[in-house]
Amino acid sequence: MCERDIDDIIEKYRGQPSSLIHALVEIQHANHWLPREVMHQVADALEVPFSQVMQIASFYKAFSLTPKGRHEVHVCTGMTCHLRGAAKLQAMVEELTGLKDGETDAESRFTFETGACLGSCSIGPELIVDGKHYGRMTPEKVEEVLKRYE
Amino acid sequence: MSEIILTIDDKEVKATAGMTVLQAAQQAGIVIPTLCHHEKLEAFGGCRLCIVEVEVRGWTNYVVSCLYPVAKDIVVRTRSEKVDKIRKVIVEELMAHAPDAPELVKLAEVYGANRDRFERQQSFCIVCGLCVRYCNEVKQKNAVGFIDNGAEREISFIPEIAKNECWECQECFALCPTSYAQAAYLLTEALAFPGERKATDHVSRAPEPTRRVIPLIPVAAAT
Amino acid sequence: MPKLHSVAELQEFRAEILASRDLAKPCIAVCAGAACDGMDSAAVAAAFLAEMDKQKLGGKLEVRTTGCHGYCEKGPNVVVTPGEICYFEVQPTDVAEVVAATLKGEVVDRLVYKDPNTGAQAVHMSEVPFYKHQMRLLMGDNPKIDPMRIDDYLAVGGYAALVKALTEMTPVQVLDEVKKANLRGRGGGGFPAGSKWETTRNAPEKTKYVIVNGHEGESAAFMDRAMLTGNPHKILEGLIIGAYAIGAQKGFMYTRHDMPLLEKHVRNALVQAKEYGLLGENILGSGFDFECELHFDVGIFVSGESSALMRSIEGNPPEPRPKYIRTSVSGIWDKPSNLNNVETWANVPQIISKGADWFTSIGSEKSKGTKLISLSGNVVNSGIVEVPMGTPLRTLAFDIGGGVRDGKTLKAIHFGGAMGGSIPADLIDAPLDFDGMSKLGAPIGAGGLLLMDEDTDMIEVARYLLDFLVNESCGKCAPCREGMPQMLHILTNMTQGKGKAGDLERLEDLAEVTGLGSLCALGKTSADPLKSMLRYFKPEYEARIVNIAGGSGT
Repeated sequence: MCERDIDDIIEKYRGQPSSLIHALVEIQHANHWLPREVMHQVADALEVPFSQVMQIASFYKAFSLTPKGRHEVHVCTGMTCHLRGAAKLQAMVEELTGLKDGETDAESRFTFETGACLGSCSIGPELIVDGKHYGRMTPEKVEEVLKRYE
Repeated sequence: MSEIILTIDDKEVKATAGMTVLQAAQQAGIVIPTLCHHEKLEAFGGCRLCIVEVEVRGWTNYVVSCLYPVAKDIVVRTRSEKVDKIRKVIVEELMAHAPDAPELVKLAEVYGANRDRFERQQSFCIVCGLCVRYCNEVKQKNAVGFIDNGAEREISFIPEIAKNECWECQECFALCPTSYAQAAYLLTEALAFPGERKATDHVSRAPEPTRRVIPLIPVAAAT
Repeated sequence: MPKLHSVAELQEFRAEILASRDLAKPCIAVCAGAACDGMDSAAVAAAFLAEMDKQKLGGKLEVRTTGCHGYCEKGPNVVVTPGEICYFEVQPTDVAEVVAATLKGEVVDRLVYKDPNTGAQAVHMSEVPFYKHQMRLLMGDNPKIDPMRIDDYLAVGGYAALVKALTEMTPVQVLDEVKKANLRGRGGGGFPAGSKWETTRNAPEKTKYVIVNGHEGESAAFMDRAMLTGNPHKILEGLIIGAYAIGAQKGFMYTRHDMPLLEKHVRNALVQAKEYGLLGENILGSGFDFECELHFDVGIFVSGESSALMRSIEGNPPEPRPKYIRTSVSGIWDKPSNLNNVETWANVPQIISKGADWFTSIGSEKSKGTKLISLSGNVVNSGIVEVPMGTPLRTLAFDIGGGVRDGKTLKAIHFGGAMGGSIPADLIDAPLDFDGMSKLGAPIGAGGLLLMDEDTDMIEVARYLLDFLVNESCGKCAPCREGMPQMLHILTNMTQGKGKAGDLERLEDLAEVTGLGSLCALGKTSADPLKSMLRYFKPEYEARIVNIAGGSGT
């Protein structure tokens, strides 16, 4: 992710405090995390206090203040998936990756997250890797799925 | 400015349009406890201690008096079984973080709160927001802000700004009900910019803490 | 893409579309709803297109990717018209057979519905039990529409209601019709939409906004995303009509950031509507101007709360404001803002087209129209279902849902996600109704209905729901920020066998104070599931304390 792209995003929203969230979403999407330096640049360009940028960035779970891994592994913990055994799925992922919710491994291979319902309740419990749904999962199938992602 | 007449604790109170119930009560000499309220700051509605019962057109609601606007013919009760219970439980919840904060101790006496009732988590900050809001609204420096959400919400001094502003100011330290703000600043300094604070002298500037008046009527006498 | 400058041009264009479509030509509709997509329906659609190409069938057959059909359990779903033949669990390897059968006017038996007990087949949608008991006023069009093609929506009569509103009715008449229809909010509040519209319309500020709340944070509710992804124009049409009635110049569609297909379809719909002149200045020559922007949440439940959502649109942290500052009067940038849920807006076009009297003929005394229900949990047939208000829960759970999976018995039914409640199975004949269900302690909420079987641990469910909310709290007010984790702590201890004397009493106090003292609905309703558990399942809770404390009870 080159610096120029981040600069372009910031320029697009210069002087528009109400576009703070838009700007941060685009940078997060492109860069996979929000470096502190960049947050300062956003604060200056969009004319908002740095403390507000910091509050927004830490408030919303879509933003990451540390670099994320190459692959995002997500276990849905919505109500249906929970009733269908998501906790066991979560435990298996934790065991296989050594990661707890929100963590990234040292080789930056995986970032593990759990979270809210993605609306495909009928195929729960679900493992979602890089946006691809693996529905009707069991703990036994997890290892095979994770192996596909380097 | 139009005059509005409402009832607070069976007393007829005259207020002006645009006032909050808290302001009308204070003007009439009726005391309602507050924690996150400060006359120099915009009303926040975070601690919920100023909660009162309001009866409007036959409906009873529980609202925070620091934000609720006065209106004609409303009936306000600043003390009742439910109101007292809400305040008691809130104090108990806050004491789980700061059991010895003087204002909380006084409130605990009035409302019969038990400092040990809930699971302790002595983080000391009760997230009243006085420091953050003061730095934002009055000093306009934004050297301290909130981060994270929910139970993880806490105040955070921003080193890049704090090192140039805080020692020369220190005004939020005295506002803090638990003395956490000062501790948080010093910890931030020690970790992020030791020896680098901008200071023209080494004298503490924190003014004498202003104590808000807490009614010392014991619970038994109030019912 | 033609820009339509007048109603006459739109009518003409619609006639052209209809004339160019051969209704006798078979159409294979492949569902690309969230669950079917998760089961790789895209591969099925691709296989159909490849087969069409291979056999050069362009003139004889049409393949269409559509939005959610509703029978998520049995996806990938395929519906073949004419005849509305329903094929289930279709794989790419089935494609050649389906194409061959369709061209001959035959049916592929092994892919149609079979009753799990009797084996009886049901070929057509009107015969399949899951669909048979529904009234699909909103969902019914989904299999007919490719969400990326506005022409498909026009072909089923889309935007006719907008035409009627702009040409035959004044804004006040539109408002009155919606009031008369007693359309109540479908997002969870059940508040009369017409009244909210009126408050916004009457607010003194000239600048006004309308907002679609497509956040759908309620756990296990997935119908709003299905509607927005599957038929975005229907919601847009409702929004434009609403803006006309209220006097709003700008609209915001607010939805989630984590669904690429949803984003693609809504963006495309807005672009196409603008190109056709259905958005922008002087819509269809009526003199009415209206623009619409798309905004995303950034991953927190509280941003679905209407006042918090408005803060989010402004670029601020999503902290809710107390309800007595009505957003209809002071909302986004303190301007009057009317917010309604996706499903609420989706109901508007039909109310205008067919009239309030028609709408009020459906449903119960105080809850009119149909309701979308996301049926899930330990149910056999999970999916999105649409039934008239007043339908008994038994119909939803058994006739449509097929009962509890794995042959187990029903223990409880949960409504309203983390802000709702559970009722025991013996209340299964209660009708689906805003007020009735609220009284029972299980408010409909957005309509996520979960069946819970005999093995469900009711303390664990309450614990789980609080755990969810604790992460989603904004943290501004003490009762929610402090009260919820304390309740969670006690419940966690109870599930781990560490419940102690005084726990139930502390839970009850916390539930009461959090309910009364919190700033917004998240905190206020956070203890409602727990309250319903204590109301109907108290013995199960008490047993946990008695067992642990060695018989000392509370």
